[in-house]
Amino acid sequence: MKLECKHVWEHISEYIDGSVDAKLREDIERHLEHCEICSAILDSTRNILVLTADDRTFELPVGYSERLHERLAKELLSFEKDSKKE
Amino acid sequence: METNETGLIARILAGEKELFHDLIRPYERMVYLTLFSIVKNETEAEDGAQETVISAYRHLASFRGEAKFSTWLTTIAINEGRKRLRKAKGAAEESIEEQAEDYEGDFTPAPMTDWREIPLEALERKELRELLGVAVAELPDIYRQVFTLRDLEELNVEETARALGINPGAVKVRLHRARMMLQKRLVPVLKTSAPARRGFFGRAQ
Repeated sequence: MKLECKHVWEHISEYIDGSVDAKLREDIERHLEHCEICSAILDSTRNILVLTADDRTFELPVGYSERLHERLAKELLSFEKDSKKE
Repeated sequence: METNETGLIARILAGEKELFHDLIRPYERMVYLTLFSIVKNETEAEDGAQETVISAYRHLASFRGEAKFSTWLTTIAINEGRKRLRKAKGAAEESIEEQAEDYEGDFTPAPMTDWREIPLEALERKELRELLGVAVAELPDIYRQVFTLRDLEELNVEETARALGINPGAVKVRLHRARMMLQKRLVPVLKTSAPARRGFFGRAQ
Protein backbone atom coordinates (compact mmCIF):
# COMPACT_ATOMS: atom_id res chain seq x y z
CA MET A 1 0.00 0.00 0.00
CA LYS A 2 1.21 3.44 -0.86
CA LEU A 3 1.39 5.81 2.07
CA GLU A 4 0.81 9.51 1.98
CA CYS A 5 3.26 11.84 3.70
CA LYS A 6 0.68 12.86 6.26
CA HIS A 7 0.15 9.28 7.26
CA VAL A 8 3.88 8.82 7.74
CA TRP A 9 4.05 11.93 9.94
CA GLU A 10 1.37 10.57 12.21
CA HIS A 11 3.52 7.56 12.94
CA ILE A 12 6.96 9.15 13.05
CA SER A 13 7.21 9.12 16.82
CA GLU A 14 6.25 5.46 17.11
CA TYR A 15 8.50 4.63 14.18
CA ILE A 16 11.44 6.22 16.00
CA ASP A 17 10.60 4.20 19.10
CA GLY A 18 10.35 1.01 17.06
CA SER A 19 6.78 0.42 18.19
CA VAL A 20 4.98 0.26 14.85
CA ASP A 21 4.00 -3.19 13.61
CA ALA A 22 6.05 -4.94 10.93
CA LYS A 23 3.66 -4.17 8.08
CA LEU A 24 3.47 -0.46 8.80
CA ARG A 25 7.23 -0.31 9.30
CA GLU A 26 7.71 -1.80 5.88
CA ASP A 27 5.26 0.68 4.30
CA ILE A 28 6.97 3.61 6.01
CA GLU A 29 10.40 2.45 4.92
CA ARG A 30 9.27 2.06 1.35
CA HIS A 31 7.86 5.58 1.47
CA LEU A 32 11.07 6.97 2.97
CA GLU A 33 13.12 5.51 0.14
CA HIS A 34 11.64 7.89 -2.38
CA CYS A 35 10.35 10.78 -0.23
CA GLU A 36 12.96 13.42 0.53
CA ILE A 37 10.60 15.42 2.70
CA CYS A 38 9.67 12.61 5.04
CA SER A 39 13.29 11.44 5.23
CA ALA A 40 14.42 14.93 6.20
CA ILE A 41 11.66 15.22 8.79
CA LEU A 42 12.66 11.89 10.29
CA ASP A 43 16.36 12.80 10.33
CA SER A 44 15.78 16.21 11.88
CA THR A 45 13.45 14.82 14.55
CA ARG A 46 15.97 12.14 15.51
CA ASN A 47 18.75 14.72 15.55
CA ILE A 48 16.75 17.04 17.81
CA LEU A 49 16.01 14.18 20.22
CA VAL A 50 19.68 13.30 20.47
CA LEU A 51 20.60 16.93 21.09
CA THR A 52 17.95 17.55 23.75
CA ALA A 53 18.77 14.32 25.58
CA ASP A 54 22.43 15.26 25.93
CA ASP A 55 23.39 16.11 29.51
CA ARG A 56 24.86 19.43 28.40
CA THR A 57 21.51 20.72 27.16
CA PHE A 58 19.91 20.78 30.59
CA GLU A 59 22.57 21.62 33.09
CA LEU A 60 21.99 21.19 36.78
CA PRO A 61 22.50 24.26 38.98
CA VAL A 62 26.11 24.58 40.14
CA GLY A 63 26.52 22.87 43.51
CA TYR A 64 23.19 21.07 43.25
CA SER A 65 24.57 17.66 44.10
CA GLU A 66 26.67 18.91 47.03
CA ARG A 67 23.70 20.72 48.56
CA LEU A 68 21.48 17.69 48.07
CA HIS A 69 23.86 15.37 49.89
CA GLU A 70 24.46 17.91 52.64
CA ARG A 71 20.75 18.12 53.27
CA LEU A 72 20.47 14.36 53.18
CA ALA A 73 23.36 13.98 55.64
CA LYS A 74 21.54 16.25 58.08
CA GLU A 75 18.40 14.21 57.65
CA LEU A 76 20.25 10.97 58.33
CA LEU A 77 21.71 12.45 61.49
CA SER A 78 18.40 13.70 62.81
CA PHE A 79 16.81 10.34 62.10
CA GLU A 80 19.55 8.70 64.10
CA LYS A 81 18.98 11.02 67.06
CA ASP A 82 15.25 10.34 66.90
CA SER A 83 15.73 6.63 67.01
CA LYS A 84 18.22 6.87 69.88
CA LYS A 85 15.70 8.84 71.92
CA GLU A 86 13.13 6.09 71.63
CA MET B 1 22.46 -3.06 38.40
CA GLU B 2 18.98 -3.64 39.74
CA THR B 3 19.93 -6.53 41.99
CA ASN B 4 22.66 -4.33 43.33
CA GLU B 5 20.02 -1.70 44.02
CA THR B 6 17.74 -4.18 45.77
CA GLY B 7 20.68 -5.19 47.91
CA LEU B 8 21.45 -1.59 48.72
CA ILE B 9 17.88 -0.92 49.75
CA ALA B 10 17.82 -3.96 52.01
CA ARG B 11 21.03 -2.85 53.72
CA ILE B 12 19.74 0.69 54.21
CA LEU B 13 16.56 -0.63 55.77
CA ALA B 14 18.63 -2.90 57.97
CA GLY B 15 20.44 0.11 59.37
CA GLU B 16 23.25 1.13 57.01
CA LYS B 17 21.63 4.49 56.44
CA GLU B 18 24.67 6.15 54.91
CA LEU B 19 24.25 3.96 51.84
CA PHE B 20 21.22 6.02 50.87
CA HIS B 21 23.67 8.56 49.46
CA ASP B 22 24.87 5.92 46.99
CA LEU B 23 21.37 4.71 46.19
CA ILE B 24 20.24 8.17 45.17
CA ARG B 25 23.34 9.32 43.30
CA PRO B 26 22.46 7.85 39.87
CA TYR B 27 19.06 9.57 40.00
CA GLU B 28 19.96 13.09 41.08
CA ARG B 29 19.70 14.43 37.58
CA MET B 30 16.46 12.62 36.87
CA VAL B 31 14.84 13.97 40.03
CA TYR B 32 15.87 17.53 39.20
CA LEU B 33 14.64 17.34 35.59
CA THR B 34 11.32 15.89 36.69
CA LEU B 35 10.81 18.73 39.15
CA PHE B 36 11.95 21.31 36.64
CA SER B 37 9.53 19.99 34.01
CA ILE B 38 6.71 20.78 36.42
CA VAL B 39 7.73 23.91 38.30
CA LYS B 40 9.90 25.49 35.55
CA ASN B 41 12.01 27.36 38.06
CA GLU B 42 15.54 26.42 39.11
CA THR B 43 15.27 27.23 42.80
CA GLU B 44 11.89 25.57 43.16
CA ALA B 45 13.15 22.55 41.26
CA GLU B 46 16.20 22.22 43.49
CA ASP B 47 14.21 22.63 46.72
CA GLY B 48 11.69 20.14 45.40
CA ALA B 49 14.44 17.70 44.49
CA GLN B 50 15.78 17.85 48.05
CA GLU B 51 12.31 17.25 49.47
CA THR B 52 11.84 14.35 47.08
CA VAL B 53 15.03 12.67 48.21
CA ILE B 54 14.25 13.20 51.90
CA SER B 55 10.75 11.87 51.39
CA ALA B 56 12.09 8.84 49.54
CA TYR B 57 14.42 8.18 52.46
CA ARG B 58 11.66 8.45 55.03
CA HIS B 59 9.35 6.20 53.08
CA LEU B 60 11.88 3.72 51.79
CA ALA B 61 10.32 0.92 53.85
CA SER B 62 7.13 1.32 51.83
CA PHE B 63 8.95 0.69 48.55
CA ARG B 64 7.94 -2.84 47.71
CA GLY B 65 9.84 -3.34 44.53
CA GLU B 66 6.76 -3.81 42.34
CA ALA B 67 7.88 -0.81 40.33
CA LYS B 68 11.48 0.02 39.58
CA PHE B 69 13.09 2.24 42.18
CA SER B 70 13.54 4.94 39.52
CA THR B 71 9.81 4.94 38.72
CA TRP B 72 8.91 5.05 42.41
CA LEU B 73 11.26 7.97 42.92
CA THR B 74 9.88 9.76 39.85
CA THR B 75 6.36 9.41 41.23
CA ILE B 76 7.45 11.09 44.47
CA ALA B 77 9.14 13.85 42.45
CA ILE B 78 5.99 14.43 40.37
CA ASN B 79 3.83 14.66 43.47
CA GLU B 80 6.27 17.09 45.05
CA GLY B 81 6.27 19.21 41.89
CA ARG B 82 2.50 19.27 41.65
CA LYS B 83 2.23 20.21 45.32
CA ARG B 84 4.58 23.14 44.74
CA LEU B 85 2.69 24.22 41.65
CA ARG B 86 -0.61 24.20 43.52
CA LYS B 87 0.90 26.22 46.33
CA ALA B 88 2.35 28.73 43.91
CA LYS B 89 -0.74 29.15 41.82
CA GLY B 90 -3.35 28.79 44.53
CA ALA B 91 -6.38 26.58 44.64
CA ALA B 92 -7.69 27.99 41.37
CA GLU B 93 -5.19 25.91 39.47
CA GLU B 94 -6.87 22.89 37.98
CA SER B 95 -5.24 19.56 38.22
CA ILE B 96 -2.84 18.83 35.40
CA GLU B 97 -4.89 15.82 34.38
CA GLU B 98 -7.84 18.02 33.58
CA GLN B 99 -6.03 19.34 30.55
CA ALA B 100 -7.47 16.94 28.05
CA GLU B 101 -6.05 15.38 24.92
CA ASP B 102 -8.23 17.62 22.80
CA TYR B 103 -5.69 20.40 22.97
CA GLU B 104 -6.07 22.21 19.69
CA GLY B 105 -2.75 22.66 18.03
CA ASP B 106 -0.70 22.04 14.99
CA PHE B 107 1.22 18.83 15.30
CA THR B 108 2.55 18.59 11.80
CA PRO B 109 6.30 18.73 11.36
CA ALA B 110 8.22 21.44 9.52
CA PRO B 111 8.65 20.16 5.97
CA MET B 112 11.99 20.43 4.16
CA THR B 113 13.92 18.37 1.69
CA ASP B 114 17.29 17.99 3.35
CA TRP B 115 18.65 17.96 6.85
CA ARG B 116 22.24 18.58 7.70
CA GLU B 117 22.94 16.69 10.88
CA ILE B 118 23.91 18.89 13.81
CA PRO B 119 26.67 17.07 15.66
CA LEU B 120 26.76 16.75 19.45
CA GLU B 121 29.87 18.92 19.59
CA ALA B 122 27.67 21.84 18.58
CA LEU B 123 26.30 21.70 22.13
CA GLU B 124 29.50 23.39 23.25
CA ARG B 125 27.79 26.53 22.01
CA LYS B 126 25.75 28.09 24.76
CA GLU B 127 23.26 29.66 22.37
CA LEU B 128 22.39 26.28 20.91
CA ARG B 129 21.82 24.80 24.37
CA GLU B 130 19.60 27.73 25.20
CA LEU B 131 17.58 27.34 22.01
CA LEU B 132 16.88 23.72 22.84
CA GLY B 133 16.18 24.43 26.50
CA VAL B 134 13.71 27.20 25.78
CA ALA B 135 11.90 25.15 23.14
CA VAL B 136 11.38 22.31 25.64
CA ALA B 137 10.46 24.67 28.49
CA GLU B 138 7.81 26.33 26.37
CA LEU B 139 6.00 23.15 25.40
CA PRO B 140 2.53 22.99 26.96
CA ASP B 141 2.80 21.39 30.43
CA ILE B 142 1.30 18.00 29.63
CA TYR B 143 3.59 17.54 26.65
CA ARG B 144 6.72 18.78 28.37
CA GLN B 145 6.26 16.38 31.27
CA VAL B 146 5.83 13.34 29.07
CA PHE B 147 8.74 14.44 26.88
CA THR B 148 10.97 14.87 29.95
CA LEU B 149 10.22 11.43 31.33
CA ARG B 150 10.40 9.61 28.01
CA ASP B 151 13.13 11.37 26.07
CA LEU B 152 15.31 13.00 28.71
CA GLU B 153 15.06 10.44 31.48
CA GLU B 154 14.43 7.48 29.22
CA LEU B 155 11.58 5.93 31.14
CA ASN B 156 9.55 3.56 28.97
CA VAL B 157 5.91 4.11 28.03
CA GLU B 158 4.55 2.00 30.93
CA GLU B 159 6.78 3.64 33.50
CA THR B 160 5.88 7.11 32.26
CA ALA B 161 2.18 6.28 32.34
CA ARG B 162 2.43 4.94 35.85
CA ALA B 163 4.47 7.87 37.15
CA LEU B 164 2.09 10.46 35.68
CA GLY B 165 -1.07 8.53 36.43
CA ILE B 166 -2.23 8.52 32.81
CA ASN B 167 -2.78 5.66 30.36
CA PRO B 168 -0.07 4.45 27.97
CA GLY B 169 -2.05 5.63 24.95
CA ALA B 170 -1.99 9.19 26.28
CA VAL B 171 1.76 8.92 26.81
CA LYS B 172 2.24 8.01 23.14
CA VAL B 173 -0.03 10.78 21.87
CA ARG B 174 1.58 13.43 24.05
CA LEU B 175 5.09 12.31 23.21
CA HIS B 176 4.34 12.40 19.50
CA ARG B 177 2.91 15.89 19.77
CA ALA B 178 5.80 17.11 21.90
CA ARG B 179 8.34 15.82 19.40
CA MET B 180 6.51 17.29 16.44
CA MET B 181 6.18 20.66 18.15
CA LEU B 182 9.90 20.65 18.90
CA GLN B 183 10.76 19.67 15.35
CA LYS B 184 8.55 22.37 13.91
CA ARG B 185 9.92 25.03 16.19
CA LEU B 186 13.58 24.06 16.13
CA VAL B 187 14.21 23.09 12.52
CA PRO B 188 14.04 26.61 11.07
CA VAL B 189 16.34 28.07 13.74
CA LEU B 190 18.75 25.15 13.80
CA LYS B 191 19.10 25.29 10.04
CA THR B 192 20.22 28.89 10.18
CA SER B 193 22.27 28.55 13.37
CA ALA B 194 24.43 25.75 12.02
CA PRO B 195 26.19 27.18 9.00
CA ALA B 196 27.20 24.49 6.61
CA ARG B 197 30.68 25.13 5.35
CA ARG B 198 32.20 28.00 7.21
CA GLY B 199 34.83 26.27 9.32
CA PHE B 200 33.84 24.39 12.42
CA PHE B 201 30.37 25.52 13.48
CA GLY B 202 30.76 28.89 11.93
CA ARG B 203 34.09 29.73 13.45
CA ALA B 204 36.66 30.97 10.99
CA GLN B 205 39.27 28.33 10.28
